[in-house]
Amino acid sequence: MTKLTIPMLATLTTLALTSGVALAGSEDVVVDDAWARASIGVNRPGAAYMTIHNTGDEAVTLTGISTPLAMMPEIHESKTNAEGVSSMAPVGEITIAPGEAAELAPGGLHAMLMQLQQPMIEGDSFPLTLSFSDGGDVTVDVPILGIAARGPEG
Amino acid sequence: MRRRTALGYGAAALGAMGLTLFVGWWRVDGPGAPEAVASLPLPLTEMDFRLTDHEGQPVGPETLVGRPTMVFFGFTFCPDVCPTTLSDISGWLDALGEDAGQMNVVFITVDPDRDTVEAMAEYVGYFHPAIRGWTGAQDQIARAAEGFRASYELVPTDSGDYTMNHTASVFLFDAAGGFVSMIDYHEPREFAVPKIRRALEEETEGAT
Repeated sequence: MTKLTIPMLATLTTLALTSGVALAGSEDVVVDDAWARASIGVNRPGAAYMTIHNTGDEAVTLTGISTPLAMMPEIHESKTNAEGVSSMAPVGEITIAPGEAAELAPGGLHAMLMQLQQPMIEGDSFPLTLSFSDGGDVTVDVPILGIAARGPEG
Repeated sequence: MRRRTALGYGAAALGAMGLTLFVGWWRVDGPGAPEAVASLPLPLTEMDFRLTDHEGQPVGPETLVGRPTMVFFGFTFCPDVCPTTLSDISGWLDALGEDAGQMNVVFITVDPDRDTVEAMAEYVGYFHPAIRGWTGAQDQIARAAEGFRASYELVPTDSGDYTMNHTASVFLFDAAGGFVSMIDYHEPREFAVPKIRRALEEETEGAT
């Protein structure tokens, strides 16, 4: 099903090259349940979700995200107020206490992928790099699920 | 004398009761009723707006009367809350099974400049087939939102783009167009599905 295009191969190579270095800084960060919804073309922003665990003894602070998929990826948060009105705004840094986790899930925190460079196609995946205040990066491979997916299981 | 006093008290009590009732009527239903403060949606039969569905057909509130209805507001450039609402609703409709076919399910955009008929058609095509997408002129969207007592607001973003804040609740109406209840964003499915069933049952009661 998945066509291996040149940009995808390049992405995979980049991923293979960087994954060794990726854990150099924030080696206590473990990311699981990463997933994203497929996009319709490239005009609309995409969103990605995951759980970021801090398994270490010290707090870690997520300072930013990057991905070749989108020119402007940012952590955003959706909120719904008492009147039922939803809004969305960028969040700054996210500090995760030792033993705690930051959950990026629908209707709350999410990696907002603005200015997509290519459509997000169901069945593909893309690398997303999380940067931490200690200078360490963690790169995760984010599987792209269907547009109507509700969670990492689809 | 004593009896007369008792009668007097009785009359006074009746008068007081009457006054209370009158004041109550005046403030709730009468000329003293507050306008636009009410946060409950109007009955569909009292709304007035003209929109276009994702197949290019003209639609309005009267299109929805006759079958139970589920309506929500959103926009297709919304990456998080709206696809989540649409997939939640798709899940509820799946849970309702065949009963879902008896309902109107309508997604009204609050961003008609970007959500053209074509954009709506493409978008709703990814969700449950019962979901219809409505768009139209800004002033008609505004009238629709007013009828549902929904609110929305354009918010510019750092990237020079914009996002929309909007009411994310799902509104339920019975077949006669009367408002039944609201499903709040993120309400668990075990609460949502019974609420929808209630809207479906009110149709049955109305019919008998």
